[in-house]
Formats: sequence, structure tokens, C-alpha cells
Amino acid sequence: MEFFNLTAHEVRDMLRNKEVTSVELVESMFSRIDDVENDLNSFLKTYKEEALEKAKEIDKRLSNGEELGDLAGIPIAVKDNMCTTGKNTTCASKMLENFKPPYNATVVEKLENEGAIIIGKTNMDEFAMGSSTENSAFQITKNPWDLDRVPGGSSGGSAAAVTAGEAFLALGSDTGGSIRQPASLCGIVGLKPTYGLVSRYGLIAFASSLDQIGPLSKDVEDSAIMLNAIAGHDRRDSTSANKEKIDYKKSLINDVKGMKIGVPKEYFGEGINDEVKELIYKALDKLVELGAEYEMISLPHVEYSLPTYYIIAPAEASSNLARFDGIRYGYRTAQFDGVDDLYTRTRTEGFGEEVKRRIMIGTHSLASGYYDAYYNKAMKVRTLIKNDFDKAFEKYDCIITPTVTDKAFKIGEKTDDPLAMYMGDVCTVPVNIAGVPAISIPAGFVDSMPIGMQIIGNHFDEETILRVAYTFEKNTDFNRRAKL
Amino acid sequence: MALTVKDVEHVAKLSRLSFSDDEKADFIEKLNSVVDYIEQLGEVDVEGVKPTYNVLDIKNVFREDKVEKSFDRKDIIANAPSAEGGCFKVPKVVK
Repeated sequence: MEFFNLTAHEVRDMLRNKEVTSVELVESMFSRIDDVENDLNSFLKTYKEEALEKAKEIDKRLSNGEELGDLAGIPIAVKDNMCTTGKNTTCASKMLENFKPPYNATVVEKLENEGAIIIGKTNMDEFAMGSSTENSAFQITKNPWDLDRVPGGSSGGSAAAVTAGEAFLALGSDTGGSIRQPASLCGIVGLKPTYGLVSRYGLIAFASSLDQIGPLSKDVEDSAIMLNAIAGHDRRDSTSANKEKIDYKKSLINDVKGMKIGVPKEYFGEGINDEVKELIYKALDKLVELGAEYEMISLPHVEYSLPTYYIIAPAEASSNLARFDGIRYGYRTAQFDGVDDLYTRTRTEGFGEEVKRRIMIGTHSLASGYYDAYYNKAMKVRTLIKNDFDKAFEKYDCIITPTVTDKAFKIGEKTDDPLAMYMGDVCTVPVNIAGVPAISIPAGFVDSMPIGMQIIGNHFDEETILRVAYTFEKNTDFNRRAKL
Repeated sequence: MALTVKDVEHVAKLSRLSFSDDEKADFIEKLNSVVDYIEQLGEVDVEGVKPTYNVLDIKNVFREDKVEKSFDRKDIIANAPSAEGGCFKVPKVVK
């Protein structure tokens, strides 16, 4: 039997009913990887032997009648910017090509404690800077729906792996859309939790006030299962929120009766493909048919999200990436004359073009004389954007928008125009600026390529967006698998 | 305000990065398109608005100053590109 089109919760049930073993699941994933990985390049590293060892252990525990969590024995993939003890964690950068962290990220530790089986680390844009996974120093990941197109990014490897059935679930990270945009372009589910819900300890930082880890999955139920496993306070991350634990599986309710949805007109302006708009309006009609109501609203400052983001994110990145200096870990240049030359050569040789561009923008906006005009101003505009969302959530249960402006673009189409690449994130970035949660779910197709709908919730109200997403998924048939 | 070659050289120096002349020309063009774009924030009125550094408004998080288990020195040094006698090895810094 082939398992690669099944969801994590489906194979979990089969494991419980003794219809399959974890070893068989791991073997089936690796046979799928053998079949499709040459076309896709989703993974930077896989760990077959170790995965099989762990699977044997889980099978033994299950046959002993041990009660294990939802993810026990399930093969999953992790984006290569989350630390894994003794295993390369490269951020898809030459800078960290040989870096083997001495510790696990909290999310990795949590997944391992659940008995999940990490089968590999996935490709990404270098240091998570990009929207296409073309900025990886090592390989370009392809979209399983059309190998000439990008899978989105920066969590493109994780998205492609889940879409093609090379892993049942994957972790991604999202700073400006890096989970939701690839989920949308690959026709799967991607959830960016509220800032602070999931620990960032061991996530190699890009923009610390925006970064958040979350699941990429084939359906909404799997998203809830993964969120259950990774959410929670962590004393090793001082921005982690101390909240009561929620069982997100309880949000999987097929009912939206009486729900009030706000639809911001700013997300339906020029720059969004008309077919995408039409498809989102159709999705909204479906939710109305199911008992919800929606109203057009305005988030007046949301149009400034992208320029705000391109100040905050590069500024924080330029500080975070200052640690890569060729001294304590990572790449070091072969020849140098003194310590300053060592730093400069190491960084010039170790970082790719987009990373250098963002370090330069960030350094410029933080430089003396510019700080107030750029960084401080962006921090204030962020307050206005956040206030817009806060105000909307006084009246509405959730906000619905497109996730992306258009279907997946062709490989190479935007590599020469960074601003055009940045503009593609216009729908996802405001969510990170405001720190609220959002989920992207399949909502239809444009030219046979999947398009996602973004459901945005209030701070720490993942339950509502999961419920709306689950209801939509159960009452439509847009959640289909790529033929590969 | 458009960046000049001199600006780019200054920022590159602060960033500990270097660029060839060809790269600089390409960089200036692409950087300027981004800088032009972010400068539209100039039109937003932020009079009296407080900055948001952290959306959760978490202030300093304190804990007891207690000695806990740390990493093994050899595991840390294992990632160093150059090390000797359990220390990171760097070129001479003091002149």
C-alpha cells in the first residue's frame, strides 16, 4: 500500500489499529523520496538509518500497549534553520555548511519527546530571506504541481516535501509569510502562530520580533496536531508567552454559524490578480452559505506594512547576522591579513547576494543620522498597523484575505528584481507586523495552480481560525494532491 | 534620498562586507529601488504614536541567577574553524 497521499492523522489511526508499523511508514517515505526527490530537491539532508532505528523503538512501545501522542512514529521534516543536535543546520548558507549545533531547538526537542520521527532537514532561502527558495546556496526546490515553477519560500523545501508526500508534516518558519506563502503556492495548509506562542529557542534568528515557527500540513487537522506538539512557554525564549495550554484539536468544529468575518478592502486592490480576488469572494460566499457573515472593512495603515517590514526585518537581520564572523562557528576565509580582513572576507565569501543586500539595507537604516527616519519611524507605524487589527477584532471573529497575489511564478522570473519579489508578500507581511496568527488553506485554482486563502485571527486566538479553516475544508474539495 | 557609491562603501564597511566595482553598480541600483520604496513611510503621520518593539509588550524577563548545566567546552569548540588548547584561535588583535 502507498501511504504518501495520506495525512498524519490518518496514518496515526492506522498505527493505533495495527494496520501499519512506524517502520513501514518510514520506509514508504524513503521510497517516495527515492521516486521524486531528484525532481524536487526538497531536502538538504535525510537520516534514513536513524529514522528506522527510532521507528523500531516506537513500534515496540506501541506493541507494549504504551499510550503515545498523536505524532508518535510519524515521519516529519524540519526546515534547516532549526537546530538539531550533532546534525548539520545550514540555513541553506555556505556560512553554516558544516555547522553541527550542540543542542536541539525547543521545537525539535518537543517533537522528539512526542516520538515524531525527523527524517530530514529541508531546503530554504538562505537565512530564510526570500519568497521562492531560489536563494538557497545549495539547490533550487521545485513546485510539485509544476516543476518549472517555484514552491514559494522561504520554507519551500518543507512545503514541497509535504505536498509531494515525502513527509507527513513539516515545520517551517514565518517572518513575513514564509510558511503561508509556500503553503498557498503548493496547495497545502500553513499556519503562522501568534508571536510568542511557539518558542524560538534554537531557531537561527532572521528578524527576532517577527520570526515564528509553525506547521505545514496536508490538512487543518494535522495543523492542529502539530501546533499542540510545539506550542507552549519556554523559559529559554524570553519572548515566549506564558499562557494556559490549549488543545487545538478541540477547535476542529465543522460550524461557522453566526461568525463575523471582516474583509479588508486594501487586500483587493491593484497588484492582486483578478482571478485570485474572484476565487476569494467565492470562498467567502461559501462561508456565508455555511452560516457566517462578512463585511468589507478598512485597515487604513496596512498599505504601509511592506515598507515597514523592509525596515524592521533587514535592521534586525543585520544585527542578528553580525555573529557570523568566522571565529566561533561557521565558514572562515582561507587567507586574511588581520582580524578585520578576516571578518570582511569571511562574510563576503560566506553570504549570498540577497543576504548581503538585506544586511546592507539594515545597516543603512540603523546608521547614525538615519535611525529616527527609518527604524524608529517603522516602529511607530507598526503600532498603527497593530491598532488597525486590534480595532477590527473588536467587531469581527476573523479577517479573510488572499494569501498571495498570484499563482506560483516561474523559476528565475523574479530573481533579478528584488522589489518585485518583495511585493509578492504584501498579503502576508501585515500579520507578522501585528504579531497575530494566520492560516493559509487551499481555496481554489488559477490555471490549474493552487491558491490559498488567508484566515487571520486575534492574538492567541488560533482556535477561531482553525475552526473556520476546518469548516471550509470539510465543505469544499479544493484540498487536492499534486500529481507527481 | 538615493544612495551613492560613497554611501554604499561606507555601509559596506560598517557591515564588514566588500564588493567589486561591478557588484557595487548592480547593488546601488537594486538597493535604491528598495530605499525609494521604504521612504514612502515618510508620508505617515506618527505624531504622538508610541513605538512597538514587541507586539506582546513583554518587558524584561528575569530569573534567579543560578548556576545550571552548560554545554561541554569540546562540543562548543568543535564548530570553531580554528581552535587550540580549548580556545578559539584568532589573528593578533592588539597592535
